[in-house]
Amino acid sequence: MSKPEKVVKGVKFGVLSPEMIRRMSVTAIVTPEVYDENGIPIEGGVMDPRLGVIEPGQRCATCGNTLAQCPGHFGHLELAKPVIHIGYVKHIYMLLKATCRSCNRVKIPEEDVVKYRDLYRRLRERWPQLASSMVEFIRQRASKALECPHCKARQFRVRLEKPATFIEEGGRGKLYPDVIKQWLSNIPSSDLEVLGLDPEVARPEWMIINVLPIPPIAVRPSIVLETGMRAEDDLTHKLVDIIRANEKLKEALNSGAPEIIVEDLWELLQYHVMTFIDNELPGVPVAKRRSGMPLKTLAQRLKGKEGRFRGNLSGKRVDFSARTVISPDPNLDVNEVGVPYEVAMTLTVPEHVTPWNIDRMREYVLNGPYKWPGANYVVDPSGRRLDLRYVKDRKALAEGLKPGYVVERHLVNGDVVLFNRQPSLHRMSIMAHRVRVLPGKTFRLHLAVCPPYNADFDGDEMNLHVPQTVEARAEAEELLLVEKQILSPRYGGPIIGGIQDYISGGYLLTLKTTILTKDQVSDLLATIDYSGEIPEPAILSPVEAWTGKQVFSLLLPEDFNFIGETKLSSGSLKCTSEECFWDTLLIVKKGKILAGTVDKTVIGSQQPKSLMHYLIMEKGVKFGAEFMNKAFKLFLRYIEMVGLTMTLDDIGPKRSALESAVKVIKNSYSEVDKLIEMYRAGQLEPVPGRTLSETLEIRILDVLARARDESGATVVEYMSLANPVYVMARTGARGSGLNITQMSVVLGQQSVRGERIWRGYRGRVLPHYRHGDLSPEARGFVASSFYKGLSPLEVFFHAAGGREGLVDTAVRTSQSGYMQRRLINALQDLYVEYDMSVRSPYGELVQFRYGEDSVDPRKTAFGKAVDIDRIIVKNMGWRMSL
Amino acid sequence: MSEKSEKSSTSGKRHSRRKKPSSVEEVRRAVVEPGELVDRLIEEQGLRQRLPPVLVSSVRSLILKKYGARPDELEIRREFEILAKVAQRIHAAMEPAQKIVPKAIVDEVLFKLMDTAYRYSLTDEEIARIREDVVQSYLRALVEPGEPVGTVAAQSIGEPSTQMTLRTFHFAGVRELNVTLGLPRLIELVDAKQKPETPIMEIYLTEEHKHDLKAALEVARRLEHTSLEAVTASAEVDLITESVIVRLDKDMLEDKGLTVEDVVNALSRERSLAGRVRVDESDPLVLAVEVPKAYSHITKILRFRELILKTRIKGVRGIRKVILQRRYDPSAGKHEYVLLTEGSNLAEVLALPQVDHRRTRTNDVHEIERVLGIEAARQALINEIMNTLREQGLEVDVRHVMLVADLMTWSGIVRQIGRHGIVGEKRSVLARAAFEITAKQLFDASASGEFDSLRGVTENLVIGQLMPFGTSMVELKTSPQQLARGGDAK
Ligand SMILES: [Mg+2]
Ligand SMILES: [Zn+2]
Ligand SMILES: [Zn+2]
Repeated sequence: MSKPEKVVKGVKFGVLSPEMIRRMSVTAIVTPEVYDENGIPIEGGVMDPRLGVIEPGQRCATCGNTLAQCPGHFGHLELAKPVIHIGYVKHIYMLLKATCRSCNRVKIPEEDVVKYRDLYRRLRERWPQLASSMVEFIRQRASKALECPHCKARQFRVRLEKPATFIEEGGRGKLYPDVIKQWLSNIPSSDLEVLGLDPEVARPEWMIINVLPIPPIAVRPSIVLETGMRAEDDLTHKLVDIIRANEKLKEALNSGAPEIIVEDLWELLQYHVMTFIDNELPGVPVAKRRSGMPLKTLAQRLKGKEGRFRGNLSGKRVDFSARTVISPDPNLDVNEVGVPYEVAMTLTVPEHVTPWNIDRMREYVLNGPYKWPGANYVVDPSGRRLDLRYVKDRKALAEGLKPGYVVERHLVNGDVVLFNRQPSLHRMSIMAHRVRVLPGKTFRLHLAVCPPYNADFDGDEMNLHVPQTVEARAEAEELLLVEKQILSPRYGGPIIGGIQDYISGGYLLTLKTTILTKDQVSDLLATIDYSGEIPEPAILSPVEAWTGKQVFSLLLPEDFNFIGETKLSSGSLKCTSEECFWDTLLIVKKGKILAGTVDKTVIGSQQPKSLMHYLIMEKGVKFGAEFMNKAFKLFLRYIEMVGLTMTLDDIGPKRSALESAVKVIKNSYSEVDKLIEMYRAGQLEPVPGRTLSETLEIRILDVLARARDESGATVVEYMSLANPVYVMARTGARGSGLNITQMSVVLGQQSVRGERIWRGYRGRVLPHYRHGDLSPEARGFVASSFYKGLSPLEVFFHAAGGREGLVDTAVRTSQSGYMQRRLINALQDLYVEYDMSVRSPYGELVQFRYGEDSVDPRKTAFGKAVDIDRIIVKNMGWRMSL
Repeated sequence: MSEKSEKSSTSGKRHSRRKKPSSVEEVRRAVVEPGELVDRLIEEQGLRQRLPPVLVSSVRSLILKKYGARPDELEIRREFEILAKVAQRIHAAMEPAQKIVPKAIVDEVLFKLMDTAYRYSLTDEEIARIREDVVQSYLRALVEPGEPVGTVAAQSIGEPSTQMTLRTFHFAGVRELNVTLGLPRLIELVDAKQKPETPIMEIYLTEEHKHDLKAALEVARRLEHTSLEAVTASAEVDLITESVIVRLDKDMLEDKGLTVEDVVNALSRERSLAGRVRVDESDPLVLAVEVPKAYSHITKILRFRELILKTRIKGVRGIRKVILQRRYDPSAGKHEYVLLTEGSNLAEVLALPQVDHRRTRTNDVHEIERVLGIEAARQALINEIMNTLREQGLEVDVRHVMLVADLMTWSGIVRQIGRHGIVGEKRSVLARAAFEITAKQLFDASASGEFDSLRGVTENLVIGQLMPFGTSMVELKTSPQQLARGGDAK
C-alpha cells in the first residue's frame, strides 16, 4: 500500500480581510484591457500570466510549475470606493440595527453583554441549536433599543432598500458603504461575539469590499472556438466589467466630477460586484451575455443539482465504469453478470505481479490490449506506466515482468464488479456480481435479480464499475455480492426469488399429475449438474416413473421440514390437511415434498416466511443462491419440455359463462336506471354529508363495480386449471383475476379522479350522447372485453382513464424522489455504536437500543427476531399438521 | 371458543355482585366455576411462585379452553396436574435462554411451547433443541455495530413510496369523511406540517355510554361546531332600529338539540353583544341583535351581520362534522358507537366525561405533542407512518419508522425532515450546503466562523475521505512492516 494519506480534520469558514486579500495576491490588476493586438495577455489585466498557467507546456510565471502542478494564483483589485458584499447584506443590516449609531457598541447594557457572552461560549459547542436561538434573541433585543445603554445617544431606524442600500430614517439618510465600513469597524470584537459573529475570522468591516480578489485563471479558463476565436469565461467578462466601472469611478473622483455623477458610477460598481457574486438576486437586473444568456457567476456555479456541490462534490463522475443495455440470461448464476468482450477489454484491474501469478500475467501482457484476456498497461516498479498499445516488443516486456510490477489486465471471468441501475433507491440497487465475459454487446443478468434493481428488458441500461483496490474488492465480495443482498432490510424477507416463469414452472413440475420417465428425469437432473443417486421411482409399473415433487425434493436439505399454504389455497381450492384433494397445502418432511405444489408463496421474490426464506435463513445465503440457481434452471427446463404459452382461446370465455356474465351486467344496468329514476324523482336517500348527485354517483359506482366482480367471477369459475393464463394468475406468476376479467369478460368502469368520466361537452362527455345522460355507457363504463374488442367510444374512455395513470406516475416519481432525498440527508449520519445504541457522528444518542431490541430487520422473519412458530415446525414439523 | 373462555374468566369476580343468576348456563356454572377452580388450584400449588406469569396464565387458559363449557371438577384437576408438570418442564428447559433472549421473546416462546407441548407432547430433548434454536436465532438477528441504520431506514421508507398512489382521498370507513392517504400523507408526516390537510378524530366512548345510541348522539351534538348561521332561517339588517333581525329555523334547532334560550345565551357570551340580544315578543323564534357603536356605520353594518352569523352557538372549536359509526367491539362481543370527526381538538374532546380518553385518537401529530407531550408525538408519528404505508399494502419494518420518529422528536420538539428541520440544523456546513440553499449556508457559516469537523457522510464525500461508519469505523490498524521488524503494532 501507498504511504498513509493526510487526513483532513476539519474546515474553518471565515471572511477574507483586505490585508489577507492583498497578501495572497500575486499582482494588482490595474487595467480592463485583456489582450494586446497580438493576442498576448496584458500584464495587470485579468488574464495576467502570473495568475497561473493555462496552456500545456508553459511554466507558471509565479510558481514555475506546469499546468498539472500549478494551483493558480489570486490577484487583487483596489476599488476606488468600497462596495457592499451582497452575500452579507443581511449580516450588515443586523449589525446596523443592533449597534449604536454613535458609539457603535451593541445596544445592550454591559453587564448583560458579559452574561450573554459567557452563556454563549458554553452553549456553542454542545448545543449549537440553543446558541443560535440565543443569538437571535440578543439580536432582537439589541435592535429594539431606542437609546444606547452605553452613550445614551438616540437611535434611528435603519431601513434596507433592496438589494444593498441602507437608509437611516430621520438621521443621516442614505448610508454610503464607506460610512458603514467605518461604523462596522468600530464595533468591539467582544460585542460581535454575542451577535453570533466570529471577529477572529470575520470582522464585519471586511464584509464591505474595498479590495476585490481576482480569481486565478484556472477557475475561469478561456476556450478557443473552432473559428479560432477566443471565448472568455463568464467570470472573466464580469471582472472586466468591474475593472472598467472602477476605472471610470476613479477618473470621476480624480477630476472632481459632480457628486451625482460619482454616485451613479459608484452604484454601477456596486452592481457589477454584486452580480459577480450572485447573478440571481431578486430585484436586480440580471447581467447578460451578448447572446442574451444570463451570466453564470459565483453563486450560480455552486447552486443546484448541476452545481459544484451536488454535481461535482457529492456526486462525482468516475473512471473504470461502463454502461450498456441489459438483457436476460437464464443460464447465468444469480451472482453473475454477463459482460461483453469489448467492455472487458476496456475496463482493467490492476494486479500486482507475484511469484504465484507471474505466468498468467506474462500471458496477459503477451496478449496485449487487443486480445482477450490481455492487458492494457504495465506499471513498472518506478511507477512508470507503459501503454501496451505502443509497446513494440511485448514479448520482452512479458519476460521482464517480476514482482513489483503491476499489470492492468482485462476483466476476466470471476472478477468482482459493482452493478447498478438507476434510480438507486435502496442499497440493492448496487450489488456486486462475478464477471462472465460473453459475446454480444449487452450486459446480461439472471432474471431473479430483476426485482431488487427494478429492471426489465424493454431498453433498460445499467452501469458497471470495477473496484481497483484489494480493500474495495474485499468489501464488494463480502458485503455487496448479490447473494448477500437476497434478504431485504426493509421487511425481513427475500427480495430475490422466483418470478414469472420460475413460478409457473415450479407449479407445473410439482403438480400431482406430473409423472416423469427416466429419460425426462435424467434430462432435468443433467441441467442442474446433479451427481447423486436417482431416487426410488414413485411408480414401478408398467414403467418406472417419478413424480415432479420427487425431482424438486432432491434440491431440499434432508433435515428440512416445512408446512405452509400455497397461493392456490384459497376459495374452493383451500386445503388444511395433507389428505386434501386439491393439493394446495405444501408439506415438506425431512426434505421431501409430501403434498402441495410450488408457487409464488413458496419460492416467490418478496415473500417473507416462505419455504425459500426459511431455507436461506437456516442454511445460509450461499445455499440460497445455489438453490435458486438449480431450482430455477430445473423449472425452466421443465417448461421447455412441456411448453407453456397462451393463445387467444385461453382468454375466450365459454359461451355459457359469457351469457351469465352478460346477464349480470344487464341487471346492473337496470339497477342503475332505477337509481337514476329515483334521483330524478327526488326519492334517492342521500348519504349523510353528501349531495344528492354525489350520492347517485357513489351508488352507481358501487353497483357497477359489483357487476364487474360478479361477472368476472362467473367466467373465472368456468376456467380450467389446465388453462395457462389461469395457472399464471392463480400461482402468482403473472396477472390477476382482474386482468383475466378484463381480457375475457368486461373492462369495467373507467374513472378519472375516482369519479365516472364526465368532463367534455356541456352535460355530456361526447356528442354521441344526450345532454345529461347518466347511464353507465355515457359515463365511461366499458362493457366490452379485450377479447371482444372495444368500440370507438369505449376506446376513448379507456384512453382517458389510462392517461390519468401516466400523469400520476410522472408526478409521483418527482415527489417521492424529493422526499427520499430529504430522508436520506436527514438520516444518513446515524449508525449503530458498539453498545448497540444509535448515534450521530457527534456522539448524540438517538436511540438507546437500535429498534428497541438491537435486532437487524434484515435478519428477521418479517420483523420477528425469533420466529417461534417456525422453530417448532423446523424441529418437529414431520409430526405436525396445520 | 376463546371468547367464551374469556368471558368465564372475568365472570368469576363479577358473579358475586350479580343479583340473580338468570340463565340455565349460569346456574350450572355456579356448581363448578372452572375459572375459580383453576385459580384455587394455582393458589394451592403455589404455581405463581414456581413459574413465570405467562406459563401460569397459559395453563389456566388451556384448561378453560377445553373445560370452560363443560365443567367437570375431576377432569379439571387431572388436567391441571398434567399441565402444571409440562409447564414445570418447559420452564426448567428454557431457563438458560432467559439470560440471553429479551423477556418479551421468551414469554412468547413459553406461551407457544405450552400450546405445542400440550397438543403434541414434546420430549425434553425436543424442548432443548427448540431452546437452542431460539437462542441462536436471536443472537444471529442482532444488528452489527457500524451498520448505517439511518440510511437503511431512509431507503426503506423512500423506496416503497415510489409505488404509492398520489392523491387518493379515501373514505375512513365512512363515505362522508375524506382523509388524505398515500404519498401526500407520508410527505405531510415527514414534513411535520403544522396542521394535517384533513384532521380527523376517532372518539371512543366510556363503558357506560358506548353502547347507548342516545348518549352517543348527545356527545356528537355537543362536539359538532354549530354557528348561528346553521340554525338561522333568515337574517336581515334593520336600519331604523340599527339591529339585525335573526329568524331562527325551528327544525334545525331541534336537529342540533338547541333551544332559543341556548342561542340567546351563546350570543350574549360574546363581549360585544352582551345585553344587546332580545327575543321578539310577538314571535319567540325571532331575535333582534342591536348593532354596537363600533359597527353602526352603514358600511360596517353588513360586516356585523356576517360576524354574528359566524358566532359559535355550541360545539368544540375545530370540529366541523361528527359522524356516528357503529362498530363491532370484540372485547364486549357486541357493537359500540364510535364518533368520527372532521377537524380535531384533542384537549377539549378529552375533557368530556363521556369520552374514553385511552382509546380516542387524532391524526394531528402537533396537537398530540401539545396535549400529551413529545413521547406521545413520537408514538403518533410511528403509528401514522406505519398506517399510511400499510394502507397502501407496503411492508416496512417498524424499526425503520421508529428511527425516523426518534430523530424527528429527539430534540424535544417535533422537527421536520428537511430544510426547516433536521437537515437545516445539521452541524456540518458542507452537508447543509450540499442539500439546499448553498450560497446562503456558506455566507452564514463564514460570518459566524463555523468549523466543520467533517464527521458525517456528505462532508467526507465532498472532500474525498471515508465516512466513519461500517467498515471504516475500525480505528485499530496494524502495520505489517512494523510487526515484521518486531516492533509494536500501532
Ligand atoms: Mg424498463
Ligand atoms: Zn503557478
Ligand atoms: Zn452608543
